Amino acid sequence: MIVELTSDPIDVPRLIAHVNKPSNGGICTFLGVVRDNAEGRPVVKLGYEAYESMAVAQMRVIVQEAMQRWSLDAVALSHRTGELQIGEASVAIAVGAPHRAEAFEACRFIIDTLKTRVPIWKKEFFQDGAVWVEPVSSQPSAG
Amino acid sequence: MVGTKPPPSASPAEAPSAIIVRVLFFASMADLMGERRRSLDLPAGSTIADALRHMAIEVPELAARAPHVSFAVNEAFVSADAPLSDGDELALIPPVSGG
Repeated sequence: MIVELTSDPIDVPRLIAHVNKPSNGGICTFLGVVRDNAEGRPVVKLGYEAYESMAVAQMRVIVQEAMQRWSLDAVALSHRTGELQIGEASVAIAVGAPHRAEAFEACRFIIDTLKTRVPIWKKEFFQDGAVWVEPVSSQPSAG
Repeated sequence: MVGTKPPPSASPAEAPSAIIVRVLFFASMADLMGERRRSLDLPAGSTIADALRHMAIEVPELAARAPHVSFAVNEAFVSADAPLSDGDELALIPPVSGG
């Protein structure tokens, strides 16, 4: 398992290599990349901040949950921090599985769950200011 | 028997009357508080809600933001009525937006 936060560009081939085991017949990857607009408003760059120790711990719990639920032997999850330019990957997931269905499902579960409970925040920078993105639906709950 | 029981304050095993908690602020909460961390002295038995009330004396806007914030003590999500202990790390976690 690879679970990491990194201030350097994500090394996607390394994540894929990690999950490319002989017993696997499919690898599903997901990249979240920096979009050039927020609901039509031009975005010049993004900034990501994390509660690093807790974020890594939460990411590990999510990956372990996926590995157990879909009986996977290899998952890699990496999230960027710091400033990112348009088109750069902010998050990358690679899931290897014997068959494709498990790989797709686990990959989707990991990104969807990460967005609800991993303490990482995105700041959108516009030409005339910047705002923290705070989705109403992303409030993590106790327990 | 009279005089065998020491007054409560004399017991060496008694819990301290005050606790010190390390509070972390992230993203919009760091902007609101104007800092990323602080050390907070609280009476023993205080909860997260008590800590918020204490900090809201200085930053009144905190009271309005608190319902939209989650809390973690020592990196585990807890509710606002969770008790705090000496040495705890309390994080104020605004709605997350990773990915």
